[in-house]
Amino acid sequence: MKHTHAISLTVNGRRHELAVEARRTLADMLRYDLGYTGTHLGCEHGICGACTVILDGSPVRACLVFGVQADGASVRTVEGLAEGPDGELSDLQQAFSDHHALQCGFCTPGFLMLAEAYLAEEAERGRTLSEERARELVASNLCRCTGYQGIIEAIVATATARARRSGGPVDGGPVGGGASSEPADDR
Amino acid sequence: MNAIGARLPRKEDPRLLRGRGRFGDDISAPGQLWARVVRSPAAHGRLRSLDVDLSAKAPGITAVVTAADLPPGLVIPVRLAAADLDLSAYLQPILAADTVRYVGEPLAVVVGDDPYACEDAAELVEIDIAEVSAVTDARAAGGTVAAEFGAAYGDTEAAFGAARHVVGIELAIGRHTGVPLEPRCLLAVPDPGAGSLEIFGMTKVPVWNRDLLASMLGLDETLIRVHGVDAGGGFGVRGEFYPEDFLIPWLAVRLGRPVKWAEDRAEHLVAVNHSRQQYHRISAAFDADGTITGLEDDIVHDNGAYCRTHGVAVPDLTVAMLPGPYRIPAYRGRVRVVLTNKTPCGTYRAPGRFEGTAAREHLLDVAADQLGIDRIALRERNLLTRDEMPHRRPITTLRTDVILDTGDYPALLTATAREAGRLGYPTLAGARTAGPATGRRPLLRGFGLAMFVEKSGLGPQETADVLVSKSGAVHVLAGGTSLGQGIQTALAQIAADALGADPRVIHVTTGDTAAQPFGGGSWASRSTVVGGSAVHLAATAVRERAVVLAARMLEAAEEDLEVRDGWVGVRGDPCARVTLAEIARAAEPASRYLRPGEPAGLSARRRFEVSHMTYPYGAHAAVVEVDPGTGQVRVLRYLVAYEVGRAVNPMLVEGQLRGGVAQGIGGALFEEFSYDDSGQPQAVTFIEYRIPTAAEVPPVDLLVSQDAPAPGNPLGVMGAGEGGINAVGAAVANAVRDALGLAGGVGQLPLTPARVRRLAEQAGLAGQAGHVGQAGLAGHVGLAGLAGHAMGGAA
Repeated sequence: MKHTHAISLTVNGRRHELAVEARRTLADMLRYDLGYTGTHLGCEHGICGACTVILDGSPVRACLVFGVQADGASVRTVEGLAEGPDGELSDLQQAFSDHHALQCGFCTPGFLMLAEAYLAEEAERGRTLSEERARELVASNLCRCTGYQGIIEAIVATATARARRSGGPVDGGPVGGGASSEPADDR
Repeated sequence: MNAIGARLPRKEDPRLLRGRGRFGDDISAPGQLWARVVRSPAAHGRLRSLDVDLSAKAPGITAVVTAADLPPGLVIPVRLAAADLDLSAYLQPILAADTVRYVGEPLAVVVGDDPYACEDAAELVEIDIAEVSAVTDARAAGGTVAAEFGAAYGDTEAAFGAARHVVGIELAIGRHTGVPLEPRCLLAVPDPGAGSLEIFGMTKVPVWNRDLLASMLGLDETLIRVHGVDAGGGFGVRGEFYPEDFLIPWLAVRLGRPVKWAEDRAEHLVAVNHSRQQYHRISAAFDADGTITGLEDDIVHDNGAYCRTHGVAVPDLTVAMLPGPYRIPAYRGRVRVVLTNKTPCGTYRAPGRFEGTAAREHLLDVAADQLGIDRIALRERNLLTRDEMPHRRPITTLRTDVILDTGDYPALLTATAREAGRLGYPTLAGARTAGPATGRRPLLRGFGLAMFVEKSGLGPQETADVLVSKSGAVHVLAGGTSLGQGIQTALAQIAADALGADPRVIHVTTGDTAAQPFGGGSWASRSTVVGGSAVHLAATAVRERAVVLAARMLEAAEEDLEVRDGWVGVRGDPCARVTLAEIARAAEPASRYLRPGEPAGLSARRRFEVSHMTYPYGAHAAVVEVDPGTGQVRVLRYLVAYEVGRAVNPMLVEGQLRGGVAQGIGGALFEEFSYDDSGQPQAVTFIEYRIPTAAEVPPVDLLVSQDAPAPGNPLGVMGAGEGGINAVGAAVANAVRDALGLAGGVGQLPLTPARVRRLAEQAGLAGQAGHVGQAGLAGHVGLAGLAGHAMGGAA
C-alpha cells in the first residue's frame, strides 16, 4: 500500500487538500494530481528549469521539491499569470509574444515563472534589470528553440515598462545590449 | 490584403503562454495505465535470461512484457529508403530477444497504475547478459559495414593528378542530437468496442506512423487516429517511429485500457536518435590560381547499433550536398556506414550538411592559407554564379535530382562580408584583449566564415483542405505538424493571403490524421514550401468557389466581383456584398444556390506535388575568443546571412535562424555523446550533455535575403528551418583555427576545452604572447574601403 500524507496548499489562490506519497515531486503533484499541466518536466534533475514555479515567492525547480514540502505553502504556476483562463495575458506573457521569445513553448512556463519571481524581487529592492543581468538570469534555464535572445529582450522590456509605470528608475542598463541589437522597444 | 510577409504575432502563443498548450503528457484518459521501458545496461552481449517474475508481482503492476510476448519478427522499417541498398539485416527489433547492441536498447515493458510503481518494478527485472566486447569506434576493425556508397561525377583521378596544389584535412564530427526540451511521450487510448485506437504524442510524420502502426497491429489504418498535439521541439529526432511507438499502442490494445508512456531525460539521451558522428578525410585539387578542379571526401559514418527509419539519409545527404555552392568539375564522395554498439542514429536538423559544410569550409580555409590566397577570395573564385543557375549536379539524394534551382551566391557572400565589416567583426577579431587570461596567457581572437547551400521542400506531395464554416471561420486542415516552428501561423498567413481574409479568422489544424489523412508531415524544411503551397492552392480554390456562389447570390457576373476582407462583392457597389459566412451557409445542402449534383460546402482539397527540392543558401560569420590556457572558447558575435526566397513571416524566419545558431554552437563547442571502451554512455544527464545556455549564445546578427524566389512553387518560398545551424560547426572551427593561427585544421568537433588546449599547445601558444588571427590583421587594414571584402586570409 502507498503511504500517503495529507497536505494542503494554495495554487494560484485556490486551496487544495490532498494525500500524496512522501516521494511524489511537487511537479508531478501539480501536473497529475491537481491538473496544472502548464508546469512542464524537461529533465527531472534540476538543470533545465522548465518546471520552475513560484513557491512562497521564490522560484523553485518543482522536480526537486517534494509535494509534501509544499504543505501549507502558496504556489504560483503559469496558469496563474494571466487574469483568468481567457483573460488578458500578463505584461510579461505579452512581451514574450511580442519579442518572439517562444517557439515550441515547452520551456516557456519555466522562463515566465523564473522571470516573474525575479522581477518582483528586483522591484522590491527598487532595482531594474540590465541586459547583462537578464542574460545571467535566463542562463538559469534551458531553451532549445529560440537562442534566448527574444527571452532576454522580453524580460528586459517588461522590467523597463514596469519601472516606468511605477515611476522608478529605468536606467538599469542598456536595453538592447551589443552594438547589433536593436532596442527592445523597436521590435 | 497581403498577409504574406507580415510579422504577425503567432497563433500558437496565447495557449502556450497560458500553460494551456496540449503536449502529449498533458493528456490523460480514464483508467489509464503507465508504462516503463526496461533498457539494456550493457552495450553488447547475449541476453541469457530476462526474469520478470518479481517485477510482475510488484504492487500495482498489471503486466510485464518481453520480446517473447510480442508478435514474432517485428522490426521497424526504413522510411527514407535509398535506392539499391538493402538494410533489412540491420533493422531494430521492437524488444531485443537474444542479442543486445547498445546501452538503452529496450528489453521489456512494465505496465502498472502508477508511474512511480512502474519505475520501482522495472528495477526488479533481472537481466542476465553475457557481455562481449563492444565496437565504439567506427574506424576500428570489428564494426559491421551496413552500407557503402557514394556520389561521383567527373574524373577526380585526372584532376588530382594534374593539380598544381592538393590540400587535404581530416575532420571528425562529434555525436550529438536534437534534444527537444520535451522528452517523448505517448498515450494510446483503445476503444475495444469499435476496435479503434486513438494516439496522442506522435508527430512529424503522423500519417506514415499511423499506417506503419496499423500494418504492425493488423488493423485498418482508418481505425487509428493520431491526434494533433503540441510538441516540445522536433529537430528531426522527435516523431520518427521508435520501438515505443509500437509498444504503447500494442499494450493498450492488448490490455484494453489506455496506456501512457512519458520518457525521462536519462532515457531520452540513450534512446532517441543520435546523429552527426562522421569522420571526414577531405581533399581538394586546385590549379595555380586557386580554382578548384576536384574534390574528394572519404567518410566513415558511425550509425550506432541499428539502421532506423532514416536508413542512410544522413550520409546520403552528406555526399550529395558536399560540393555546396561551388563549381566542382570533378567530385567523388564515398561513405562507409558502420554499425557500432551505441545508440542508433537518424537525422538531426541540417543532417549531412552540418557535417559536410564543416569539412568543406574548414578545408577551404586551410587551402587558402596554403595557397596564399585570401580566404574569401578563394571562395569567391569558385562560387557558382547567377549565370550558371539552375545548376544541375549529376547526383541524386533522397531520390531526387540535385538541381540548384536559383540564386546569386557571390552576391550573398559579398553582402555577408560587407555586413560583418559594418558590424565591426574584423576589428573585434583583431583587438588584442587587455587583461591576462588564466595562467597569464592572453586571450586570442579569431574570425571565421563559411558558405553553404541548404535544401528544402522535399516532396513528393502535400495535401491541404480549406473549408469555411457557417460562422465565417476558415479552417485549414494541414498535413504538417506543430513542432514549435510556428506552422499554424505561417499557414494561416498563406491561406489568408489567397482567400482575402483576416488571418485571425483562420484556424489551422495540424498533425491530426482524421482531419488530414494525406499529410506528408513536417521535416526536411518542407512545411512552408510544400505544405504552404498546398494550402495556397486549396485556399485559392475556395476563393474561386466563393466567387461562383456569390455571383449566384448577388445575381452578378463573376468578373464583376472582388474578394476582400472576408467578403465578396460587386466592385464599386458597397451594398452588393456577401460575407464568407453567408456564402458558406449558401453552400449548405438543400440550399437554393446549389445546382443539382454540385457538392455542398464551401471547401476544397488540393494537392501540391513537386519532384525536386529547392535550395536556399547562406553564409555564417563568427568572432570567437579563445583562452589557450583553459581551452575555453567564447563566441562573441555571430552573423547569419540567408536567402529564403520569400519570408511568409520574417519574425519566424529570424527565430528559426537564431535558434539554429544556438544549437549549432552546442554541436561546435559543447555537446557530445561520448562512450567508454565498454560502450557505456558518458553523457546521460544535462550535466554531461551540455546544451548551451544564454551565457554561451551571443546575440545573433541576421541578414535575411529575399532576392531569389524559388521557381518551383507558387509562393516562391524556401525553407528556413536549417539555415541557422548548417554552417555553425564550420564557422566556429574556422574562427578557432584563425585565433590559434593553426597551419592545419582543428581535427575534431566539438571544440571542447581539452581539445582546444591541446591545439594551443601544439601551436606553441602555451605561455606565448598573443597571436592575432589573420582576419584580425586584415581587419586593421580596413574592410569598408575594400572593393570587396578581402577580410580573411593573408592580407
